[in-house]
Amino acid sequence: MLIWPGFELRVALRFLREGRMQTLLIIVGVAAGVAVIAYISALINGLQSNTLAKTLGAQAHITLRAPDDLVTPAAPAMPGSAVLTETQPRAQRLRSVANWQALVPLLERLPEVAGVSPMVSGSGLALRGEASQAIALMGVDLDRYDRVVGLRSKVVSGSARLSPGEAIVGRELAKDLGVRVGDRLTVQTGSANGTVSDSVRVTALVDLGVKDLNRRTVIVPLRAAQSLLALPGGASQLDLTLKDVWVAQTLARALQTQFPYKIESWQESNAQLVSALNAQSISTSIIRGVVLAVVVLGIASVLVVSVVQKSREIGILRAMGATRGQVLRVFLVQGAVVGALGSVLGLLLAVALIWVFTHFVRGSDGLPLFSITLPPAMALQVALIASVCGVLAAVAPARRAAALDPAQAIRM
Amino acid sequence: MSAADVTAELIALDAVRKSYNLGRPSEAEVLHGIRLQVRRGEFIALMGPSGSGKSTLLNILGLLERMTSGSYRLGGEGVEGLDDAALTLRRRRTLGFVFQFHHLLPAFSALENVTLPALMAEGRVSTAQHEHARSLLDAVGLAQAMDKRPGELSGGMQQRVAIARALVMNPPLVLADEPTGNLDTASSAEVFALLRRIHTERGTSFVVVTHDPRLAARCDRLVELIDGRIARDEPMPAPADFQ
Repeated sequence: MLIWPGFELRVALRFLREGRMQTLLIIVGVAAGVAVIAYISALINGLQSNTLAKTLGAQAHITLRAPDDLVTPAAPAMPGSAVLTETQPRAQRLRSVANWQALVPLLERLPEVAGVSPMVSGSGLALRGEASQAIALMGVDLDRYDRVVGLRSKVVSGSARLSPGEAIVGRELAKDLGVRVGDRLTVQTGSANGTVSDSVRVTALVDLGVKDLNRRTVIVPLRAAQSLLALPGGASQLDLTLKDVWVAQTLARALQTQFPYKIESWQESNAQLVSALNAQSISTSIIRGVVLAVVVLGIASVLVVSVVQKSREIGILRAMGATRGQVLRVFLVQGAVVGALGSVLGLLLAVALIWVFTHFVRGSDGLPLFSITLPPAMALQVALIASVCGVLAAVAPARRAAALDPAQAIRM
Repeated sequence: MSAADVTAELIALDAVRKSYNLGRPSEAEVLHGIRLQVRRGEFIALMGPSGSGKSTLLNILGLLERMTSGSYRLGGEGVEGLDDAALTLRRRRTLGFVFQFHHLLPAFSALENVTLPALMAEGRVSTAQHEHARSLLDAVGLAQAMDKRPGELSGGMQQRVAIARALVMNPPLVLADEPTGNLDTASSAEVFALLRRIHTERGTSFVVVTHDPRLAARCDRLVELIDGRIARDEPMPAPADFQ
């Protein structure tokens, strides 16, 4: 049995084929639009994930700290009386997250959480010979901390180990103090009660991606930091890393309602970055919207011309028994076909543009600035949107074609 | 009217009026109360000077235009209250059209043009319909030109394709608007002979608008329209035997 495709599809394809040049031009137009949309989306995506990876690579997605010390208010004021007090905020001393050992397994069981790392952090000095540098001292469990910030991958020399009496230091700090892997340095902390110092052997130098961090970071075992910072058995914060960075804010809020701690998501500690990313996303959406509008107008104008050119043929089809609906669909199908073909061509063009970008645009170190790819899901989404826009663009011309009076159309 | 008359009646127009630009200062009535009956198997010539309303009448018969007032029964059923979709389906089932300028779709081959009505009716063309279209093209003498585009065919050949297309759904009535008006004398005679042959062989009824009195003389009945009124409606004196 010989089966032909439907009437609408067949007539639409023939009409498109008949207006060869017109069809080709509009498909190229749609392709250009789709390519711009796909390329810009991929570029901004790449840029954002690169920025995020760099930013979040060295920090936790959620940090949990002991609540601030507050001044206990005086007895509540009597109703009707005026209160004339001025409260001096309290100086915040280093305090441990209460009951953190019990909290860690509890947090680890949450489905969103990929890792939890306790940390004791405070300030101190690194001393070597005559030189001294102010440092941020961090006491961690290496394996857990590695899961949060990927410390091992940031090692530039030596091998990451944190046995008692060992330390990992930032690259710039090592340079400033003139230490190499295997050398010793003294870590000193101070408080009102005097100073405490410890001698540690450097096992690895790390590059955390930010020079300032590299100049200050000294990582020691948890226990060593606890004694240096006078927080025996304590942890000043818990770092959480998540499977999906974007749920951080929601999860932080949810945890805040359950636990009496100070809980901060990465979005809160990087508010400026988040607003920059948002501004970027909004700009991308605006560009996409404008390009789509241009694509829609392009398809619509070509189809309007086509309806005028084919008035007589539409009239004949109507006389032969084509319903208004069929004529309408003939033009909607044309819009969809132009949108779909333009999408395929546009996606190929976008892939080519991306290839050009990754191969020819390079940073000062000769490496690609960042990797951009066109994920299949995004490509599919762009193609789908363009095809739907093709159909939408065809609505007005199609309605015009369907509304043609057959008797008049034939006389044209 | 007897039951036999009703079944034989294909078209019955009564008091049909048609005005253009209704309600505007330029309103003009082009048909003034037409009364016309067409029975199955008739071969009618519709004549009249330019502007007499022939094409308008044919468009109304073909459900391409709506009359302003009057009644129209097609195949025994009134069509006044039908919406556009219902009119289209009626047209598809009952009527075939042949236009003066043959009006084939240039993007489709001769065979595809002929199968288009079947395609639009069912969304596909069955093998049987395909064979039917081929046999029609064969019958109109175009067995060798089935795969040619209209642009590759002569005027007479294109008109024969249009005739095959008008017949493919086996309509009881074919409306032809000056089917030979655009052809030279020889082709014109050929095409007209073809219409007569189809009429004889298949029993299809024809209403043919023509300006040519020699062709009109070969029809069975003459309806003459002058200034939107039927001036003459009578059988032709001699039976046509033009084959």
